[in-house]
Amino acid sequence: MREKFIEFRNVSFRYGDEQPWVLENVSFEIYKDEWVAIIGHNGSGKSTIAKLMNGLLYPQEGEIIINGLPVNDQHVWEVRRQVGMVFQNPDNQFVGTTVQDDVAFGMENRGVPREEMTKRIGEVLKAVRMEDYLLTEPHRLSGGQKQRVAIASVLAINPNVLILDEATAMLDPRGRKEIMQTVADIQAKNEISLITITHDLQEVVQAERVIVMNAGKVWDEATPREIFTKKDELREIGLDVPFIALLADELKHNDVSIINEPLNHGELLEELWTLHSKM
Amino acid sequence: MNNMMIIGQYVPGNSLVHRLDPRMKITIIFLFVIFVFFANNVASYSILTVFAIITTAVTRIPFRFILKGLTPVWFLIIFTFILHLIVTKEGTVLFELLGFKLYTGALIQGFAISLRFFLLILITSLLTLTTTPIEITDAIEDMLHPLKKIKFPVHELALMMSISLRFIPTLLQETDKISKAQASRGVDFRTGPIKERLKAVVPLLVPLFVSAFKRAEELAMAMEARGYQGGEGRSKLRQLKIERIDIFVLSLFILVIAGLFLTRNY
Repeated sequence: MREKFIEFRNVSFRYGDEQPWVLENVSFEIYKDEWVAIIGHNGSGKSTIAKLMNGLLYPQEGEIIINGLPVNDQHVWEVRRQVGMVFQNPDNQFVGTTVQDDVAFGMENRGVPREEMTKRIGEVLKAVRMEDYLLTEPHRLSGGQKQRVAIASVLAINPNVLILDEATAMLDPRGRKEIMQTVADIQAKNEISLITITHDLQEVVQAERVIVMNAGKVWDEATPREIFTKKDELREIGLDVPFIALLADELKHNDVSIINEPLNHGELLEELWTLHSKM
Repeated sequence: MNNMMIIGQYVPGNSLVHRLDPRMKITIIFLFVIFVFFANNVASYSILTVFAIITTAVTRIPFRFILKGLTPVWFLIIFTFILHLIVTKEGTVLFELLGFKLYTGALIQGFAISLRFFLLILITSLLTLTTTPIEITDAIEDMLHPLKKIKFPVHELALMMSISLRFIPTLLQETDKISKAQASRGVDFRTGPIKERLKAVVPLLVPLFVSAFKRAEELAMAMEARGYQGGEGRSKLRQLKIERIDIFVLSLFILVIAGLFLTRNY
């Protein structure tokens, strides 16, 4: 059994007393070193979950436990040290005037000594392949580069959890690919739980587990492969089903037997070229 | 868009003046501005002028570039000169034209005041030419540090300055984008009477302000998420250090000031 790291216990949240509930009775667990994708269309409550994990918002009902600590005023700074977060807009989270200043910002807040800071900056920028841009100003970087710096800034303080809250939504396909590769890399090399929040089903394929949110409730919790088989239901709650999943579906309707639900081009290809030998 | 954008008028370089501690530069310039008013004869003015010219030469910034930066103040300098020619009535009369008498004292006085003005502006502009805005911010934060005792928000002020500096290019890019978007919808920024053109700025400013507020909110959230809780217990990556070269330059400056006081009239 893996160690529990984040636990939501019957959490409900709304932005004001008169407002509708954004989250209703949400419970789930995230384990150590796990990669979980949280997916849902706009307004499903997925971004609120991220802010609750970091103590940027507090729930009206229920409890959130991070690594044994309840998220409240008393523990919020320790929680924020353990839970790092990258937001959607690459520009609006870049605090420093240069790349190195931005990476240092989180460490400065925690009073990390200067020598250690310089060392960490080098390490984390290398991890996101931005080591050549130490003194570059933000307006000279692409969106994908800025997001990689944001990831480095979060990594600099050694968090146990990295949350990407729609971190790729404002990037072009290339930037998106860079970011997904970078985080996959980081997750493989470090003991870190990864939570990617997205509305794009294409981005959940690398995750171990997917939590699907709809209208403030947990709609489903399963592996990406299982999720991909529920095409019609997914479409009903406003999510775009990836092309490969649709193609596999059509093939099945035409009596092509596809046993493993393919997640990407490679897997579908594998299914197809071994088709004959299976019959 | 414009990739060569420089904030302020900083000219990158690696000269002695560039490498000087920004606090030292601010201190020296501050003192220079005061001591310029003590010069009152040819010798003392010469010392200050030579100091200013040598400093300028050391920066290796082309002199033409600096003079170009001074264009807006040329008018003021010339105006002061002419004003002195007319108003001052000292010394002997040099010549007389249509009842207007030009005195030698007026010429000397006019020249001295204009020179003083020129030296002041030249030296102070060297600060922004050789120091990045962020260095100036750091220096100000450090020099205002004693004010913390009377609860002056030194750290907050410095943070505000550095965030403004960081967002200037971002907001410029955004202004560019919005003005193109509005132009494509038929807003005319370039022609027409002034009143119409001023009106055309409104659809530019409103979206810019809305987005600036949104940015501020998101930035605050991102800063909090990264553990920002005010200036208490923070460490700093950028550190200012007084090197031997700074002491050397300060000593040199003290010698110049000593020379000034030795040569001036009492």
